[in-house]
Amino acid sequence: MLKIADKTFESRLIIGTGKFPSNKVLAESLIVSGAEIVTVSVRRVDLNAKHEDILDAIDRTKYLLLPNTSGARSADEAVRIAKLAKAGGGGNWIKLELTPDPNYLLPDPIETLKAAEILVKAGFVVLPYINADPVLAKRLEDVGCATVMPLGSPIGSHQGLTTREAIKIIIEQANIPVIVDAGIGAPSHAAEAMEIGADAVMVNTAIAIASDPVKMAKAFKLAVEAGRTAFEVGLKSPQQKASASSPLTGFLQ
Amino acid sequence: MIELESMAQKARELTLKHFGRTILLYVPLYLNNECDNQCVYCGFTNNKQATMLSVKQVLAEAELLYQKGFRHILLVAGEKREKITIDYLKEVVSRLHEKFESISLEIFPLSEEEYRILFEAGVDGLTIYQETYNRELYKKYHPSGPKSDYDYRLATPERAGRAGFYRINIGALLGLAPWQEELQALAKHAAYLKKKFWRSQISISFPRLKNSNAKFQPPYPVSDRELVEMILRLRVLLPTVGLVMSTRESASLRDNLIQLGITQMSAESKTSPGGYSNCQAKEQFSVADSRSVEEVMAAISQKGYEPVFKDWDRAFIGG
Repeated sequence: MLKIADKTFESRLIIGTGKFPSNKVLAESLIVSGAEIVTVSVRRVDLNAKHEDILDAIDRTKYLLLPNTSGARSADEAVRIAKLAKAGGGGNWIKLELTPDPNYLLPDPIETLKAAEILVKAGFVVLPYINADPVLAKRLEDVGCATVMPLGSPIGSHQGLTTREAIKIIIEQANIPVIVDAGIGAPSHAAEAMEIGADAVMVNTAIAIASDPVKMAKAFKLAVEAGRTAFEVGLKSPQQKASASSPLTGFLQ
Repeated sequence: MIELESMAQKARELTLKHFGRTILLYVPLYLNNECDNQCVYCGFTNNKQATMLSVKQVLAEAELLYQKGFRHILLVAGEKREKITIDYLKEVVSRLHEKFESISLEIFPLSEEEYRILFEAGVDGLTIYQETYNRELYKKYHPSGPKSDYDYRLATPERAGRAGFYRINIGALLGLAPWQEELQALAKHAAYLKKKFWRSQISISFPRLKNSNAKFQPPYPVSDRELVEMILRLRVLLPTVGLVMSTRESASLRDNLIQLGITQMSAESKTSPGGYSNCQAKEQFSVADSRSVEEVMAAISQKGYEPVFKDWDRAFIGG
């Protein structure tokens, strides 16, 4: 079971909702993925929408809605968006996304730490999106974040775990769940993150822009389960070479 | 042709990765139809029946657009400084900011200080076209009036960037100069702005003048194929830059461009002040795609994309 703050979850796959071709495809993908946590950009939500809104695709009785602050350039903006989400009925969980650069959407560590401190004090359950920086991860844990969400590679890049070694350090040192977020382009990347001990992964683009998002959601569900199971069993480290038939220390026997 | 097709495939993939299967919809709102400039190609030049909307009229027009579902709005005005004052703009913007999630300006160039005032009032985006990057031709097309200053216009996006704008949209009015030249200049300009204002979303529009019965005939007309090639080349060069398509283009062309890299579209646009309330004021240019917003939404869905009305929040600006 995945435990974040005071809640437990069977599924270790979190789904991001941007970029889907329609609400219908999004809703079907969510069902097939088995996900229990779904993140939505506050900037995409319109409580007064004239046409169908993204929230219409998410059954709040089935999924924990995790609003995110994407688009925020500063701690001030992120805090304002988080409060807006809460006031709009989005609950007190917030995925902190401080991505001032619209091109690579990389997180700003300084503003993220500032905003996290403020939001934790204000009673939010804070899940910050961060670069795979082990020291920052510890700093965020120290100020009371519920998880850390290091990136595998830039959002939408499909490059997989280019930050693998740093994520391993974060996992080794963390007392809170580590969720690998961003850059996961294939089910094998998700399985890899789970095999090295991530508590969960978050996937959006790879499912949303697939030619069949619903089928791809299924593939990610299976990959996350496979990777987690392998991690729980314990994978043997790969051997560099075969063992010698006449070992140098054989005379000691 | 094969080369263009493979570029199209690449452009689509890059666009999907960064922007997903979504098209953001916006709508222009014209504040006036008179202008002190003498741009030889423009419908507002020497307009004898000048109209300008009062703040109250702007709000009435905006309300109609809000009811249609629009949340991103583009305010357009011709250069008439003594009437379109900063106080007037500030008043319009702060009232619209109470409801609309994103407000952009497509008006005459302002100073950095003026941009700052309007940013604080609730404007988050600027659209400013250089019209042509070719200096000599620029002089020919803009013989007098404040717009004849090429360099001041060229530096406009930077003044808005320094004032904090989240979105900066540039473009060339296609047909004024050889398109290959404009393509190169646009790519360079966008790349420069992207580096300098690394926290702002840069985007590019493709307004195209057509050979029509109008009195101005574009000397370097751009064909559909050339327009597509421009869009594809810019997408491949700049995968994260927004690409914008207005209702100047026909419904069928717009529908086909959805999959080629376009990320934003206007819909149901009127290009005259008061146009949404059926006022008969002179329009700047005639739109080619006059479908209703519902029809445009259906066409976007048909292509396998989601029409999006809100991709920003007015809470990003102010308290």
